Amino acid sequence: MDTLGLLLDGLQSALTLDNLAFAGIGVLLGTFVGVLPGIGPAMALALLLPVTYGLDPTQSLIMFAGIYYGGMYGGSTTSILLNTPGESASVMTAIEGNKMAKGGRAAQALATAAIGSFIAGTIGTLLVAFFTPSIADQAVKIGAPSYFAIMLLSLVLVTSVLGSSKIRGFVGLFMGLTIGLVGLDLSTGQARLTLGTLELADGIGIVVVAVGVFALGEALWTAAHLRRKPLDVVPVGRPFMGRDDWSRSWRPWLRGTALGFPFGAVPAGGAETPTFLSYIAERRLAKPGAGFGEGAIEGVAGPEAANNASAAGMFVPLLALGLPVTATASILLAAMQSYGIVPGPTLMADQPDLVWTLLASLLIGNTLLLLINLPLAPLWARLLTIPRPQLYAGILFFASLGAYSVNQDPFDLGLLLAFGLIGFAIRRFGIPVLPLILGVILGPLMEVKMREALDLSGGDISGLFSEGLSIFVYGLIVLAIVVPVALTRLRTPQDVVEEEEEVSR
Amino acid sequence: MSSTAARRSDRVDRSQYLLAAALLLVGLYTIIDARGLDVGFGDPVGPRIFPYVIGSGMVLLAVLLAVATARGDVAEAEAGEDVDLTTPADWLTVGKLVGILVLNLLLVNLLGWAITGALLFAGAAWALGSRTLLRDVLVGAVLSVASWYFFYVALGVPLTPGILDGVL
Repeated sequence: MDTLGLLLDGLQSALTLDNLAFAGIGVLLGTFVGVLPGIGPAMALALLLPVTYGLDPTQSLIMFAGIYYGGMYGGSTTSILLNTPGESASVMTAIEGNKMAKGGRAAQALATAAIGSFIAGTIGTLLVAFFTPSIADQAVKIGAPSYFAIMLLSLVLVTSVLGSSKIRGFVGLFMGLTIGLVGLDLSTGQARLTLGTLELADGIGIVVVAVGVFALGEALWTAAHLRRKPLDVVPVGRPFMGRDDWSRSWRPWLRGTALGFPFGAVPAGGAETPTFLSYIAERRLAKPGAGFGEGAIEGVAGPEAANNASAAGMFVPLLALGLPVTATASILLAAMQSYGIVPGPTLMADQPDLVWTLLASLLIGNTLLLLINLPLAPLWARLLTIPRPQLYAGILFFASLGAYSVNQDPFDLGLLLAFGLIGFAIRRFGIPVLPLILGVILGPLMEVKMREALDLSGGDISGLFSEGLSIFVYGLIVLAIVVPVALTRLRTPQDVVEEEEEVSR
Repeated sequence: MSSTAARRSDRVDRSQYLLAAALLLVGLYTIIDARGLDVGFGDPVGPRIFPYVIGSGMVLLAVLLAVATARGDVAEAEAGEDVDLTTPADWLTVGKLVGILVLNLLLVNLLGWAITGALLFAGAAWALGSRTLLRDVLVGAVLSVASWYFFYVALGVPLTPGILDGVL
């Protein structure tokens, strides 16, 4: 059967009343949590994971899809109505979005963000549906050496592309890899880094790490630097767009989608780069009277579409290779693993129903998001005025509840606190979170593949280079390290300064 | 952009040495811990290599970080919606929050989630500057009792009832 037919089948099984209800609850919960200042989509997903414990795999995947897109939309609402964005992917939206809001065009900014997200998410999900099967077909043939090389490439890209300080990126990565070592060695059953405790023998779950570093870390860090004067929230009515807004928005939506999807699908660090590129592109292409810097709608439409398209793109490596490239994907992967679902090339062959239902529910979640959230925008905006003491107390409450409810063991609360303190420290020292999270989840996978590859060659290092693809990927890794260094050497420092000014202006 | 390059400055970020020292210790411990692992016969790789690589990388990074710090590299602390980096860190509030979290983990099995959850919420709100204590306790109690019943009824997971066993 062709892709479209399979997707329609998936839609059919996802479109029951029960499933629609789960998607709707997911969208509402996801948006609710995502709107709250300081909470991004990854944290929303990690915090809401316990809610899905009682559901079967399909229903929980449907709910995840809703939470995921809801959390994304919530984040952009926050960055438009408050001037300081919570996550790196919303930085570009905030620049023009907040100017629009202050100029009395909050309704139009929210509308172009919501509709742009819908269009980008829908196109992106369709592209995932068309690409994933053929990539999975090829991926089945990939052996352990190439898998190892691809994972290494993804870690190098995420660590060296993101953020300004390479050394801090690698510090984050190695912290994550060390955390990933904790537990029993998979093939010999010997305890590593467990400090002699039984509780650590099973290893440290990515969810505890994510909730600790994201939620507790954020709450503690904010507590240390709490803004005493509340921020101005721009009041907003029901989002709508005039004829002029539509004609100015649709091209940026499509261009943003085209930029966002490929960046999400290759492991180059999520939405930060494409939203930046989309903003620059719209700024260059805009007519002189567009008013960039004073609230141009193109500057909201493009980056928001890029953000959501890259969020959809990340499903390609996740489903086809079992390779998470963002923090959100890592948590999705962990959630799927807890149901015994192992994403990767064989998933498409073993459980096609599940994959197609997931893709269909992404489409449904995306549509519900538009239908539910456009009318609810004024309500969400009021969430931004929640008093901060109660807001962060609530985050601590739900983070603790989530960590405790899994095993009902106070040890997990201690672990959560430990990761909260690590989260505090990495914020203080400017260490990026994403390499740490990816290190935790990819480290153990890499070790398995490395040992598989070396077992075949009897321990000889040549085992890592025994496939053509792996050698090609190592070539890419070398390029990924050398090219940025060479570029900064070639460019005079003055160019760099000008470019930064252009963005902040 | 929010994350511009780490600035060079005349000020030396002394606490960054602490971070470097912590990383060094973790790296060394990872290596030492791996030395105690057995490699079986017929296992060409064994469980040691990966920790060796990671531990050595960590040690190297610790040294590089210390050198960068000495040369005036300053960390760019993370900004956020509610974060005001112009004020010095408020360690008292952080200490109070950590204390409340520790209290929660010590007492949760004894008193039960319905009670410690409420105390956790009210205590954290108080530490963060809320002065409506009675209301916070009430909100916390509603949250914790509701979450207890949500897990019990909807998810079939009975959280520790503690001293309220039989009451809930």
